[in-house]
Amino acid sequence: MGSEPREVEKVREKFGDALRDVIYFRGEETLVVDPARIVEICRFLKEDPEMDFNLLLDITGIHFLEREYSYEVVYLLLSLPRKRRLRLRARLGEEGEIDSVVPVWGTANWHEREEYDLVGIKFRGHPDLRRIIMPEDFVGHPLRKDFPLDQ
Amino acid sequence: MHHPEDRNSAPDPLAPETVTINMGPSHPSTHGVLRLVVELDGEVVRKVVPHVGYLHRGMEKIAENVTYYQFIPYTDRLDYLAPLSNNVAFVLAVEKLIGLEVPPRCRAVRVLCCEIARISSHLLWLGTGALDLGAGTVFFHTFREREDLYNLIEMITGTRLTTSYPRVGGLARDIPEKLIPELKKFLKTFPGRVDEYETLLTRNKIWLKRTENVGRISARDAIDLGLTGPNLRASGVEYDVRKAFPYSGYEQYSFEVPIGSTGDAYDRYLVRMEEMRQSVRILEQVVASLPDGPVNADDPKVVLPDKKKVVTSMEELIHQFIIVTEGFTAPVGEVYHGIEAPKGELGFYIKSEGSKSPYRLKIRSPSFVTLQAVPLMAEGGMVSDLVAVVASLDPVMGEVDR
Repeated sequence: MGSEPREVEKVREKFGDALRDVIYFRGEETLVVDPARIVEICRFLKEDPEMDFNLLLDITGIHFLEREYSYEVVYLLLSLPRKRRLRLRARLGEEGEIDSVVPVWGTANWHEREEYDLVGIKFRGHPDLRRIIMPEDFVGHPLRKDFPLDQ
Repeated sequence: MHHPEDRNSAPDPLAPETVTINMGPSHPSTHGVLRLVVELDGEVVRKVVPHVGYLHRGMEKIAENVTYYQFIPYTDRLDYLAPLSNNVAFVLAVEKLIGLEVPPRCRAVRVLCCEIARISSHLLWLGTGALDLGAGTVFFHTFREREDLYNLIEMITGTRLTTSYPRVGGLARDIPEKLIPELKKFLKTFPGRVDEYETLLTRNKIWLKRTENVGRISARDAIDLGLTGPNLRASGVEYDVRKAFPYSGYEQYSFEVPIGSTGDAYDRYLVRMEEMRQSVRILEQVVASLPDGPVNADDPKVVLPDKKKVVTSMEELIHQFIIVTEGFTAPVGEVYHGIEAPKGELGFYIKSEGSKSPYRLKIRSPSFVTLQAVPLMAEGGMVSDLVAVVASLDPVMGEVDR
């Protein structure tokens, strides 16, 4: 795999097994990483001068039924100086917990609140984890696959 | 803060006291249903907590239960001041997912749509933003030109607001012949109109007092908070999706990306004013170099057939029936496609499990991200500056709440 993008090489070199898989599709790369090390990996990708992913564009939570994992959290990174985009993905079990990346990028605050609100993923260490789109007294998480549509 | 029990205990007349008020969700200067809970110390804003969600329609959930085609009209209702650019962003993401290329004429017409949308969105921002700060005249000037643009949009799409014009693999129809002369007329007069707006504001002492050094955000904070579009560029960061990740043929057109330096409300104003001029430049080039040829890709399993053929040929009738009733199947995979929408980077992330609807669709909404910066920009300033901050950021709630 000599033609691997530099991001993949560096993350593999630095984090070894924490890089679990790399998905290539339509010219985009997705790194599947160990959720336990998400903050470390994000910080590295942001602060390493060769990586320089200084802007977090978005966080998406995805819910699954009947899989070996229950959630995926997808981080979309952008390097303004290098004009590169990169996607990170972490797979979570039924507990649906992952460390917050707010200490790395401030913008993660609202994105994580949204995915908590709509998908039910809990971001450990988030400074203010409350619902953002749905009303405070709403029960359930509408973007879960088992959410009843006729409610 | 006022607490009910405080009224019974004897208050200390010298203790500093703040008042908490609601600005919105229904307030003339919140541009939709934005609620800001503001803690005031006299006229000074101590704390702002934005509350969003009042316009939530569950679009991302709806997307999981409709076909790709059926979701196009929903995108009109995101940033409803630039529906054409949302339509284009969505179909580009779907085309990337299924690996479909559109003909050159379609690409050029989409650029034309996006730039018309940008000017019309910026005009609304300018008119209402100035109105919020007490400069009522500008509003009437900008709405005159907006009317011209809406007439052009009506010519192209057949409707003014809910355009739903692009299709996966093409466009609903080609642009009418009479459009180009009308657009040329507009492009000829419009730069003079921008000068006219500028005579009302750019050197206006009151406008300067209300916007200079108001709602300042440094490049570092703007990047940390994920700002994009004019709001990021006003802080001096040169990032424009049209330049960094060109799509739909933007690399063929020459235009400049205006940037500011201080990141205050005045810089955001200047950046958008110049962007309108640059959009005119792009439109002139599109008009001059508009390629001939079809507007739809040749892929009968995905692209709707010509209506005339549907009523005369069996095969086309079947394709039409299947695409409309069942939709097409996308391969397993995931894509993100972002465009430079008037408000910033608008992106669609689609995860497909190989069915006829997305397994998950996420809308990267620039306005949602923008509102997160309001507390940083407004805290410590005057309450009247809060109005200037919101106006200068140009959020649209349809896109925030989705």
